[in-house]
Amino acid sequence: MDTTRRDFLKVAAAGGAAATVFGFDLAPAYAQLRELKIARATETRSTCPYCSVSCGVIIYTLGDRAKNVTPQVIHVEGDPDHPINRGTLCPKGASLEQDILNPRRLTKPQVRRPGKTEWEDISWDNAIGEIAQRVKKTRDETFVEKDASGRTVNRCEGMAFTGGCTDTNEFNYLVVKAMRSLGVCYLENQARV
Amino acid sequence: MTNGWIDIKNTDMMLIMGGNPAENHPCGFKWAIEAKRNRNAKMIVVDPRFTRTAATADLFLQIRAGADIAFLGGLVNYAIQNNRLAKEYLLNYTNASFLVKEGFQLPENGLYSGFDPATQTYDKSTWNYQEGGNMAGKAAPIDRPAATAAPAPAVLPPNVAYDLALEHPRCVFQLLKKQYARYTPETVERITGIPKDQFLKAADLFTSIRKDGDTKKVASVIYAVGWTQHTVGTQIIRTAAILQLMLGNVGRAGGGVNALRGHSNIQGATDMAGVFDLLPGYLKMPRPEDTDLAAYLKRVTPTVSKPGPWDSFSYWSNTPKFAVSLLKALYGPAATKQDDWAFHYLPKIDRQYSWTQLWDRMYRGEVKGLLSFGMNGVMIGPDTKKNIAALKKAEWLVVGELYPDETSEFWRAPGTTTEQMRQIQTTVYRLPCAGFAEKDGSFTNSARWLQWKNAALPPPGDARLDQDILAQIFLRVRDLYKKEGGKFPDPILNAAWSYTDPQHPSLSEVTKEINGKALADLKDEKTGQEIKTGQQLPGFAWLKDDGTTAAGNWIYCGAWTEAGPQLARRGTEDPSGLGIYPNWAWSWPANRRVLYNRASCDVEGKPWDPSRKQVWWNEAAGRWVGNDVPDFKADSPPKDHMGPFIMNPEGVGRIFAPLAAFAEGPFPEHYEPMESPVKNPLHPNQSNNPVVKKFTTAEDVYGTVEQGFTVICTTYRLTEHYHYWTKHNPMNVETVPEPFVEISADMAKDYGIEGGETIKVTSARGTYIAKAFVTRRIKAMLIDGKKMHQIGIPIHWGYRGIAEDAGKTANTPANLLTPTVIDPNAFTPEFKGFLVKVEKA
Repeated sequence: MDTTRRDFLKVAAAGGAAATVFGFDLAPAYAQLRELKIARATETRSTCPYCSVSCGVIIYTLGDRAKNVTPQVIHVEGDPDHPINRGTLCPKGASLEQDILNPRRLTKPQVRRPGKTEWEDISWDNAIGEIAQRVKKTRDETFVEKDASGRTVNRCEGMAFTGGCTDTNEFNYLVVKAMRSLGVCYLENQARV
Repeated sequence: MTNGWIDIKNTDMMLIMGGNPAENHPCGFKWAIEAKRNRNAKMIVVDPRFTRTAATADLFLQIRAGADIAFLGGLVNYAIQNNRLAKEYLLNYTNASFLVKEGFQLPENGLYSGFDPATQTYDKSTWNYQEGGNMAGKAAPIDRPAATAAPAPAVLPPNVAYDLALEHPRCVFQLLKKQYARYTPETVERITGIPKDQFLKAADLFTSIRKDGDTKKVASVIYAVGWTQHTVGTQIIRTAAILQLMLGNVGRAGGGVNALRGHSNIQGATDMAGVFDLLPGYLKMPRPEDTDLAAYLKRVTPTVSKPGPWDSFSYWSNTPKFAVSLLKALYGPAATKQDDWAFHYLPKIDRQYSWTQLWDRMYRGEVKGLLSFGMNGVMIGPDTKKNIAALKKAEWLVVGELYPDETSEFWRAPGTTTEQMRQIQTTVYRLPCAGFAEKDGSFTNSARWLQWKNAALPPPGDARLDQDILAQIFLRVRDLYKKEGGKFPDPILNAAWSYTDPQHPSLSEVTKEINGKALADLKDEKTGQEIKTGQQLPGFAWLKDDGTTAAGNWIYCGAWTEAGPQLARRGTEDPSGLGIYPNWAWSWPANRRVLYNRASCDVEGKPWDPSRKQVWWNEAAGRWVGNDVPDFKADSPPKDHMGPFIMNPEGVGRIFAPLAAFAEGPFPEHYEPMESPVKNPLHPNQSNNPVVKKFTTAEDVYGTVEQGFTVICTTYRLTEHYHYWTKHNPMNVETVPEPFVEISADMAKDYGIEGGETIKVTSARGTYIAKAFVTRRIKAMLIDGKKMHQIGIPIHWGYRGIAEDAGKTANTPANLLTPTVIDPNAFTPEFKGFLVKVEKA
């Protein structure tokens, strides 16, 4: 019988059954496991955001996901069930907890006005409102409905969108829908370079 | 990848080139080691540096950056000269026997037939198959002068002339033989710097899998951006594909041509058409001459082109179904038959809008605004200085990011004075986004596996989910068009956005939309299976071109069906032992794990190697069956001779790529990098790629040896860092705290440089300053008889990061050095193999 480490622990967790399968009592080992800091944590299965191997990772958070409870990340490790990485992580994957809990993260919208030398804070509502107006203005000013031969082209060449390597498939699809509807031709991604 | 990460364990032979998986894909590289340990597989590594991948290889060859086609062309020549070929595969599964049109000329002088120097373009009409039947034993028709030949229509002939004896002088195999006969071991040595005896050792080892007619063994080609980031990047990969087709390695477990890819979801970004020239599922963007949907579909839907007795599935013949289903997904009820399925809502493109062209036209003042999500354009380059200059000319910039990045802070790049900042009129919005752990949704890995991930926690502070920000901007723009009107508002007003919460679109809803659903009751007349209106589609075979189905990306159809999210499956069983894991996640297309797997069997439908059975023909059932999902028409019997390469109109693999498939020619030819230390030894008068895309602004300067740029420079990544991201992580910064320049001990001696000494690397565009890291991992090389030095620069430092903010670096991004010049097929810049000079700082 093939038993992975996780299956083993699951069997161990079943208590009495383990004694019959393995011929000895695993209760002391199980008790020790419960003292690990991750024992009471919520496990969330995710995928490492770095290279394209797609290592499975488990993010451990404290908090039971009840309303108004903010989960706290306490540990990130490789997912031993994942058939590609089998629990391993590289030096980048191993530091993912620092990527999630990083004091350098951006936490508020900001704007740098023309000619200014510093950032200013801006509310989300104002930021989105201003961006929407700029998008519309640029589109209306640069939109080309017909080319020189009179053929319909419906292009907006005054505006561009560039997407990153960790954007989800679903986000990328919404980008295509929104940007192509605006007529954007300069639609590019990390995938190009 | 045609294959996958785990599948590498099935190989007998690896050629790893243009990639360094031991350092850049460490947890995937275990499968290469597994193959060495369990199958005694051999590994050949070819790289400018003795990398950690090279350290595990059976044979390592140091190559000059940018000389890859010469090496691979040499392998093609060696395989032909020594009869190390998969003959049955070559004859039946490739176009080796097809005849090429009269007037087609090989590039002995560096140019294929049809070149127009004035426009720097090719008339490709001779790059085509000849119409006709079986030409075996028949004399070649006399070549007529090209001038009197009737202008050929730019389409493939339906009935291709062929010679199964492969002897006709104009058959693809004979042309291939002639083309690469010039790539002798001596020529390979002159161009690549790899000594002839070492080249021959590698050529013998790699092709040894086909020694004495063996068809059981299999070899894998593994590469990354060390191949793509050249002005001939696409053609490097083409050469590898030709080699793998000749040796019969494509479609087989442990074989294939495998792009490792460097980021978690750039496979997905390509699939989903985050690039200017595509629509989701590799549909082509419409052009102005596509005056209606019918004209578009006629242009982009291929017609079968094959020898008469053979069969071809030509799966792209279903293009109309994919396109109409996409328009239904994008525009919902507004996409009606009367309104040509809203085809005119899509922009029509007649020129290139790729990455470098975007920055070039922003520099020229044509692109006024940029929305950038998780994409640090200033750092990505090429030519950081030009990109910063471009942003100064933009009216507005929106950056969605996790960390303070160089792009959002271009206006205060190092060296910018307060007075200069006051001159910069660009408005910059910097929006805090969500990290991977804070978002659900799917990534597609390089093995084409779509894997769902779950959100573990909410974004910090006021940061928002990227999809929410995009939705909120788009819906606000829509409101403005509703209120104020404006230019052609129809697509904006009618884009389907009926998510349960439109301001916060649920990604599972979006995945379901991408998968596709029935818009009317559907019935499969053959099987009697029914799908009711509103139900998720089980696969792309159900797509229709009459508006009764909607699917946002046909290749992802099957990812989220009525049976639930297939892409979230976690079955750990692998019944065949081949590492297929059929119930783990979901792989496009149709959960097939190895592409073109029909080619893993002989003509009769029996596996080449019975110990690695992927799929096979079951005569009793009258179907293809197997451990993997057959990538083929399931009921096509072997006697019908349908080709395994079902996405090509020929049905077979393209050793000769006809017509407009590639910009430079139907076979790859070695051209020197844009900045090269030597004239091309094959044809000094045509040294570079004749159809390369250069740029012409004041920033676009290219260096020469005469100007003192004599050292070959390449860029690379480190195991401990990830692009421009981990410079914000204390642990990664601690492990590799600062930038460096890797130079050889030989060069250090020649230049009088000590290890740890600060040095200055200068290209025609910019200067990079860091400590010298003197190693024996790079060595001086003899290129065309002259001694030359190569250096390597890791890319990970910019001017915002822990080390940068602490003043511990010179704030010089590596891409200050790189040239804006691109591959004319894939539009990828030449980050590898450019010229610099090196001095003490």
